[in-house]
Amino acid sequence: MDEKPDKKETAELTTTEKGSTSLVGKVKEGGTALKQRAIEEAKGYADVQDTQLWKSIFRVSHDRSDPRNRSLAILSNVFLHLHPAKINRDAVRYPFTWGMGGITFYLFIVLTFTGVLLMFYYHPTKADAFRDILYLEHDVPFGKLLRNMHRWAAHLMVITTWLHMFRVVLTGSYKRPREFNWCVGVVLLVLTLLLSFTGYLLPDDQLGFWAVTVGTNMARATPMLGSEGPFGVQLGMTPFNDVRFGLLGGSIVDSNALLRSYIWHCIGIPLVASIFMAVHFWRIRKDGGISGPAPVMLESEMKAVKKK
Amino acid sequence: MAKLGMSKGKLITLGVVVVLVLLAIFFVQDWHQLWVISSAPDNVPIVAMLFLVPFFTWLGIRQSRANDRLIDQLEEDPKLAKAHHRKAEPWRPGWAREIHVWPYLVRIEFLATVIVTVILFVWSITLNAPLEEPANPNLTMNPSKAPWYFLGLQEMLVYFDPWIAGVVMPSIIMVGLMVFPYVDANPLGNGYYTLKQRRFAIGMFSWGFLMWILLIVIGTFIRGPGWIWFWPGQTWDHNAVVFDKNVDLHDWIATSRIGKTLHLGFLSANPWKFIFGLIVVSGFYILGALFFHWLMTVDWKRLSLRPLRLFPQDEFEKKLLARTSLLQYVTFQFFAVSVLLAMPVKLALRLALTIKYVWVTPWFNI
Repeated sequence: MDEKPDKKETAELTTTEKGSTSLVGKVKEGGTALKQRAIEEAKGYADVQDTQLWKSIFRVSHDRSDPRNRSLAILSNVFLHLHPAKINRDAVRYPFTWGMGGITFYLFIVLTFTGVLLMFYYHPTKADAFRDILYLEHDVPFGKLLRNMHRWAAHLMVITTWLHMFRVVLTGSYKRPREFNWCVGVVLLVLTLLLSFTGYLLPDDQLGFWAVTVGTNMARATPMLGSEGPFGVQLGMTPFNDVRFGLLGGSIVDSNALLRSYIWHCIGIPLVASIFMAVHFWRIRKDGGISGPAPVMLESEMKAVKKK
Repeated sequence: MAKLGMSKGKLITLGVVVVLVLLAIFFVQDWHQLWVISSAPDNVPIVAMLFLVPFFTWLGIRQSRANDRLIDQLEEDPKLAKAHHRKAEPWRPGWAREIHVWPYLVRIEFLATVIVTVILFVWSITLNAPLEEPANPNLTMNPSKAPWYFLGLQEMLVYFDPWIAGVVMPSIIMVGLMVFPYVDANPLGNGYYTLKQRRFAIGMFSWGFLMWILLIVIGTFIRGPGWIWFWPGQTWDHNAVVFDKNVDLHDWIATSRIGKTLHLGFLSANPWKFIFGLIVVSGFYILGALFFHWLMTVDWKRLSLRPLRLFPQDEFEKKLLARTSLLQYVTFQFFAVSVLLAMPVKLALRLALTIKYVWVTPWFNI
């Protein structure tokens, strides 16, 4: 942008220097000079990575031959900075990690993306919810694809979370110093299941309605907090003040329950899950990156138990 | 040797597949019913899991075997143990131990996202998310099933009262999972696949994991209208009625032939009913703990029935037990008996002996 006045100035300069007489000649000369300048400037843009714009976005020049730059490409990038600059050479072998943790996170992103798009077409009210789904399926461009993708990504996320957990157990990756991160992971598993469950009611069809009815009926039986649970009656619990009432915002699965599950599904649980995810990823780095493949330890090298 | 072992494994797999196919051919009466259940869009993930879980289990076991062979080799040869890079993965001198994340990891991650995206697109184009009729509180769905990942919980409702199945058990499972790393006192096997060095820890987790999947499979493929047990391939009969003659354990004993000859009728009335249940549950915890203790230390290779040797102890497992603190041991036993053992025992009592409760009190029943 700031090039323009600059050009004008030089154009004026050249004309005054030559001192052409006719107006046509002045314009012609000015034109050739401008063209010349433009060509020369364009040559400067041939290397995209050398432009001001590029440099302002990517803080480090990407020189593949320079190891320092490769590291900086990771460290100075907001999306990649959770990665270390270097990792164990065997850790990138697929059979070790199965990639399930990363895929789970990617699915969370897919779900957020499709979920936000779905929110544009959905009203969490008894009058509209079911019709909005029909509208999505039949009228919204790619609406059916959007809904299908959201549902299947959710199912897939439950599976990948379990497989991730299974891998962590098989490789003993929950061991010191990663015990706490395992606990964070368990919380994330529960949140994943709750996210799926709260989403189940939203289409407001028979499937979701009865699944949530069955699910929340169990809450009735919560010890001490449920109207039908042990010691519930003794503590003054009724169907109108117990924990199930709190979950549903009423004594039956109705409009309040729809609104509550909508808010938990779209705002509450994703927020909490994001915080736990941040901690989960942060702790991976702080605990020394992914656990292996580590060199095997031998029974004969087991140290004696430390006495505190 | 390795080749022979592999072909043996393949032979067993083949045998299992053949038996399953034969069973299916002889016992499936209604293929359509089976297809209806397994092709229900929301059930497709479980069908996928039936393939994914065995595949990844195999992948894990294969790497564990490779590491276990290496461990054996290194244990035998201390000199090699000092010089070896100690991984089953190939290694050559001069290779860097670490590689750059850019591009060697980032490109894999990128590829993974592309593959997952393609899978999702294909899946979403070919299969529609289910949508039933509008919610109607006056028309109960039968069977009324939770989403598949909660069917384990729903299936537990058959065996336990709702406050246990729906509230206490899930909480215990959650806390039990969190406690897992803190009760595992084994310092070996941190960051590599191994079965040999961690057989008990892996065995316990797999037991829980497989039990959970089994409950889900029962809930999905076997439970039909009225939550009645229909074998896979049996037609779901909406008019089927099962006359459950479930009895409580104290009544079962009191009214049995032995109970009658021994005049145990008093067990059916309080306070004996209560005391009896208390003794049964306490006895279960004690026997369960003994069972897990045996499982923890037993040397499978020396275990035999012929020259009766039921309690041979494994030296390595004994060492691990010595490292386990009392708190770790008691905590593990509590969770193991309460979930890992209580669940299958109650399932067997209910399905095989039609027993409903083992402990009946005025406040709660177990």
